[in-house]
Amino acid sequence: MATQLTSIETLANQEYKWGFVTDIDADTVPPGLSEDVIRLISGKKNEPPFMLEWRLKAYRQWLKMKEPTWANVHYPPIDYQKIIYYAAPKTKTNQPKSLDEVDPELLRTYEKLGIPLHERELLAGVAVDAVFDSVSVATTFKEKLSELGIIFCSFSEAVQHHPELVQKYLGTVVPHSDNFFAALNAAVFSDGSFCYIPKGVRCPMELSTYFRINAKDTGQFERTLIIADEGSHVSYLEGCTAPMRDTNQLHAAVVELVALDNATVKYSTVQNWYPGDKEGKGGIYNFVTKRGKCLGANSKISWTQVETGSTITWKYPGCLLIGENSVGEFYSVALTNNYQQADTGTKMIHAGKNTRSTIVSKGISAGHGQNTYRGAVKILKGATGARNYSQCDSMLLGDKCGAHTFPYLEVKNTSSSVEHEASTSKIGEDQIFYCRQRGISTEDAVGMIVNGFCKEVFRELPMEFAVEAQKLLGVSLEGSVG
Amino acid sequence: MLKNPILEIRDLHAKAGEKEILKGINLTVFPGEVHAIMGPNGSGKSTLAQVLAGRDLYNVTGGEVLYEGRDLLALQPEDRAQEGIFLAFQYPVEIPGVSNLYFLKAALNAIRKRKGEPELDAMDFLSRVRQKMSLMEMDEALLNRAVNAGFSGGEKKRNEIFQMAVLEPRLALMDETDSGLDIDALKIVSHGVNALRGPDRAIVVITHYQRLLNYIVPDYVHVLAEGRIVKSGDKSLALELEESGYAGIEEFAETAQ
Repeated sequence: MATQLTSIETLANQEYKWGFVTDIDADTVPPGLSEDVIRLISGKKNEPPFMLEWRLKAYRQWLKMKEPTWANVHYPPIDYQKIIYYAAPKTKTNQPKSLDEVDPELLRTYEKLGIPLHERELLAGVAVDAVFDSVSVATTFKEKLSELGIIFCSFSEAVQHHPELVQKYLGTVVPHSDNFFAALNAAVFSDGSFCYIPKGVRCPMELSTYFRINAKDTGQFERTLIIADEGSHVSYLEGCTAPMRDTNQLHAAVVELVALDNATVKYSTVQNWYPGDKEGKGGIYNFVTKRGKCLGANSKISWTQVETGSTITWKYPGCLLIGENSVGEFYSVALTNNYQQADTGTKMIHAGKNTRSTIVSKGISAGHGQNTYRGAVKILKGATGARNYSQCDSMLLGDKCGAHTFPYLEVKNTSSSVEHEASTSKIGEDQIFYCRQRGISTEDAVGMIVNGFCKEVFRELPMEFAVEAQKLLGVSLEGSVG
Repeated sequence: MLKNPILEIRDLHAKAGEKEILKGINLTVFPGEVHAIMGPNGSGKSTLAQVLAGRDLYNVTGGEVLYEGRDLLALQPEDRAQEGIFLAFQYPVEIPGVSNLYFLKAALNAIRKRKGEPELDAMDFLSRVRQKMSLMEMDEALLNRAVNAGFSGGEKKRNEIFQMAVLEPRLALMDETDSGLDIDALKIVSHGVNALRGPDRAIVVITHYQRLLNYIVPDYVHVLAEGRIVKSGDKSLALELEESGYAGIEEFAETAQ
């Protein structure tokens, strides 16, 4: 079932991708960023003036900003003038002609994950014609959703059809000037997802990209906006366990969530972008800004992430807890193997009374991987009775990797309580031997021990995602021990 | 006609780092037999068990071990386990977040796969597990708890024998299973072990004290001292040791060197 969903998702998106290519193949903008390029992007997307203004504002801000260097990640300087900011997706001529041309390591991973053959071609970006009736699947779901008044579409569509909602909420959680990467995204983002759940509606299905046919191929700069109106409930799934081939090295996405009174948003991510080869070459730089705003009383925003891909991950999904009794949650598994680096964590800002937050972070480092937890908990003056509980556990496999923890606490209200627990453990030779003595191979033993370590996070994931995530950890750790 | 031995240890030498701990062990075990290996602390009892299970902390520097006639030392630990060797650990390891049930199922299915048998389905597995749990008088709630995590010393030891009962090994090695057990737990564990005795299975019980052997009555008793088996006999040897202590044995070992 789980792989089937992935299959639908992939096929659906891929089909769109090629349709898109043929349309605007001639449209290419020279590398580099300028106001003209932004005007061009906005124009091509036929955006209303407020969008262009917002993009330009972001761009002008971005010009004054410096790329952040505080994160515990290292990479060669990025030349932002060499990036193509508006390009048609890769044309078929750039793609491998068959699986024979694809990195054998990648193929082996697909095999381990049990991905069907025809799907592997799509994931690896092989130029094949997908014959798949994705449109009808998507349409069925869309009809069902629209009966309930749920809007779920690509960001571009939302700008065209629901500009009032976009204008009202865009940038209210992650402002155009928030940080270097968020400003860049605001200036040039190509597409993304938009979701609005009306008052009192409980979205009857997990929303994921698999029936969103229009918004996947957003390349490097994706933007998502989810609004849960009063008393509504939505669970959103992002990502895919199969590693996707992508030639864009820099990814700077933005996700904004808004929860009004008594609304709940649950956002789950499995991120498995190409991590680079064993020497760490060629992987994706993933610089993401994700934030949720619990605007209403008793609202709740819950982030769950499983980060196993990318060569560099820079990501801090956080919550602004403004409404009284609102709840923020962050459950994270971040795994770094080979030469991957992850600097990830969360920010919980308590502004409202009796707001509560929970942070559970599990970092796993193997190979030469460097894994940093960076978290900020701020209790503002008015946050009477606020509570936070943080738990950060690190696990090391081998002796060439690293785990780092930087918790920041800022408490300005004496009636609040903040708890922080941290642990670092090394996966024990004793544990592995114990498993092997029971007949379990080293590889399976490592997978089992690591999955056990992550259990508290996995149980927050929707069922089919959890199963895939467990499998994914095992595959990502292959060859890291023994 | 004589059966073939399950285990033949011939002049086995092993080192931990630079230190030689096993200095020429000889031991032959036939199916259906229970052997007790006794000896003072530091005599090499646990090392012998760990070497047989394949722990890489020890280097075998001489001799050979045949298991069912094949070279045991050439096998990886998981292969030995899949071939039917079970070690009840002296200090069972905790694996947080992994349920006992899941762990045991993975182990059992790895062994079944080796034998060419299909994986047990959930129902068959559970009924087998329940039966063995009642044998060990264990609370079923333990099944869903993480492997040994937060178990008392006695619960961990009982869990080892429970696993052994589920996995039904051909050769069971018990490394000081009695240490840390009160008399009631000792009786339950012994009952579980005795239920496993059978014509095709051999059990090697390593213990410091004679007490366990009142309940698991061995066919043979060996005394290990200074890395060698210095004396072998029947169960009366264990009683003899209890009276005289290991002091006399150690002297004997020294003169033998």
